[in-house]
Amino acid sequence: MSDPTATQDLIKGADEPTASPVAVRDSQRSLWRDTWDILKRRKIFWISLVMLVVFLLMAAFPSLFTHKDPEYATLAKSMELPSSDAWFGYDLQGRDVYARAVYGARTSIIVGVLATLATVLLGGLTGVLAAYFGRWLDAIISRVGEMFLGLPYVLGAIIILGTIAPAQSNPGKATIMAVVIVVLALLGWPILMRIARSAVIQAKHQDYVQAARALGAGPLRIIFRHLLPNSLAPILVYATITIGSYIGAEATLSLLGIGLRSPVISWGIAIADHASYIRTAPHAMFFPAAFLSLCVLTFVMLGEAVRDALDPKLR
Amino acid sequence: MTEVLSEQVGRGSHSGALLEVDDLHVEFRTRAGVAKAVNGVTYSVDAGETLAVLGESGSGKSVTAQTIMGILDMPPGKITGGEIRFRGVDLLKLPEDQRRRVRGEGISMVFQDALSALNPVFPVGWQIAEMFRMHRGTSRAEAKKKAVELMDRVRIPAAKDRVNDFPHQFSGGMRQRIMIAMAIALDPEILIADEPTTALDVTVQAQIMGLLAELQRDSNMGLILITHDLGVVADVADKIAVMYGGRIVENAPVHDLYKNPAHPYSKGLLESIPRVDHKGQELYAIKGLPPNLLEMPTGCAFHPRCPYRRDNCVTDVPPLYTISGTRGSACHYWREVIDEGEH
Repeated sequence: MSDPTATQDLIKGADEPTASPVAVRDSQRSLWRDTWDILKRRKIFWISLVMLVVFLLMAAFPSLFTHKDPEYATLAKSMELPSSDAWFGYDLQGRDVYARAVYGARTSIIVGVLATLATVLLGGLTGVLAAYFGRWLDAIISRVGEMFLGLPYVLGAIIILGTIAPAQSNPGKATIMAVVIVVLALLGWPILMRIARSAVIQAKHQDYVQAARALGAGPLRIIFRHLLPNSLAPILVYATITIGSYIGAEATLSLLGIGLRSPVISWGIAIADHASYIRTAPHAMFFPAAFLSLCVLTFVMLGEAVRDALDPKLR
Repeated sequence: MTEVLSEQVGRGSHSGALLEVDDLHVEFRTRAGVAKAVNGVTYSVDAGETLAVLGESGSGKSVTAQTIMGILDMPPGKITGGEIRFRGVDLLKLPEDQRRRVRGEGISMVFQDALSALNPVFPVGWQIAEMFRMHRGTSRAEAKKKAVELMDRVRIPAAKDRVNDFPHQFSGGMRQRIMIAMAIALDPEILIADEPTTALDVTVQAQIMGLLAELQRDSNMGLILITHDLGVVADVADKIAVMYGGRIVENAPVHDLYKNPAHPYSKGLLESIPRVDHKGQELYAIKGLPPNLLEMPTGCAFHPRCPYRRDNCVTDVPPLYTISGTRGSACHYWREVIDEGEH
């Protein structure tokens, strides 16, 4: 770079024709930019986004949606039907069903998101390690993953939860939730490990990884700068859908009496508590179940939209 | 070249060339058997010198380059013998962390297909800047400034505006320029270009070759140009090593080889270049197929395709006969080949 003007002249003089520089210049087309362009044209994305925002608001500021105390019980009103006073009626203990459904969002979403996060971290890390280092490490991680996959979900959860958090113990809210999160992640990580592993194996054989090595990049740099960013799409898609399925799984475990339990407020517990009254007072179970279904639907739809946008081949 | 590297890879303490590949053997252990990809390759490059390594697919030219860079996938690859001396130090014996410092700073590489050799998720300027951040710990802003300078140096028009563009927004030639910018970012002493123009169209090929030659002149790099295209190398190379079946079958100063090849394979290659003055005649082609690396022919690997074949070619492996100080040919009958070619 001795003489910039000389270089300028050369540029003007004899360079190859660049493909219409003007057209290319106006927008930076990264993968994420492309993804956004596809996403914003999809109705399903906007619907799920609105629903997601509503649920997130509900989780963060439940008092925006109801001024009633979900813990306040008037036993006299037990199982009262919906009225103008209580939109969704009262539950077995005489608590407001709507208020409890609103407050239940927080638990369900926290459990769903944190369990997914733990799954992504555990599964992602093991998947990347298995793919990058290969050989015996890959063999060990893959086989251990298969062992976990071999456990039937509910059976595995019953055994683990029954052992580490037996029903007669009396832990705090946070502990109850933490245990459920750990169990969900523990039983779910192998799928994400496989996704991450296959994505990284694919990326590993790309020329740019070879090129990075040839230009002096070490293993950490290759993993974090080259392999992970290029394997993120499938992980992200699976994670979004997983939030929804974990929320459902949490409800399943709570219904079985081994997941969350009082004093935690959750949709699963509400369903479990009132399942036996379904013929006499269906409202106490119907509304939490409806919230649960809508919330799961939200994440599944969002996941679908993200998948369509990130991987047009799958469409 | 950093201080650390200079200590490890001592300067001036050796008498040979800057980079010497000495009797290198590489094989691939596959399920079908052992594929002998490189069978005793020896070549050297000095500062400011251009060596063209010529050969068809599977001749071992790229594997040799990957071995020099230390990016050969092992397994299945395995280095079974030989040395690669950079400034007199055998790279194959260096521990990985020291070797990594040689990459990019001491020896650097340009790949064939720049689109796939650039990371698709990062802007090109970021990728060039990464070279400084990775090896020199340069600050983000400073590294980006240097990236723009480098993009100017490899003649990317309006480098400043394009520094944040992604690889797929560039044309093939521009991408290769960016790849070159990354490779020369740290002023390497040796640059290996592995078929740098194969993925480009003809006019752009000439520009990229011109750019490489110019950069080499400016910084006195040693350049190893790997190609299968004789036309590409004629103007830029100082010497040529022709590879066949994992061996060097002829090495020569570039003009000697063009004027009068001393190995039947080089001769065949030269004769199969289309020429304007032979218009209307059938184009010459070397008969037969490249050797199967799993089952190398006995004796001279080229004998099944060779018009000069005698009985001993099938049994005796020809050594690299010295023709003159700088020329060698691995053909028992090189005299015959060279005499016949005398114009």
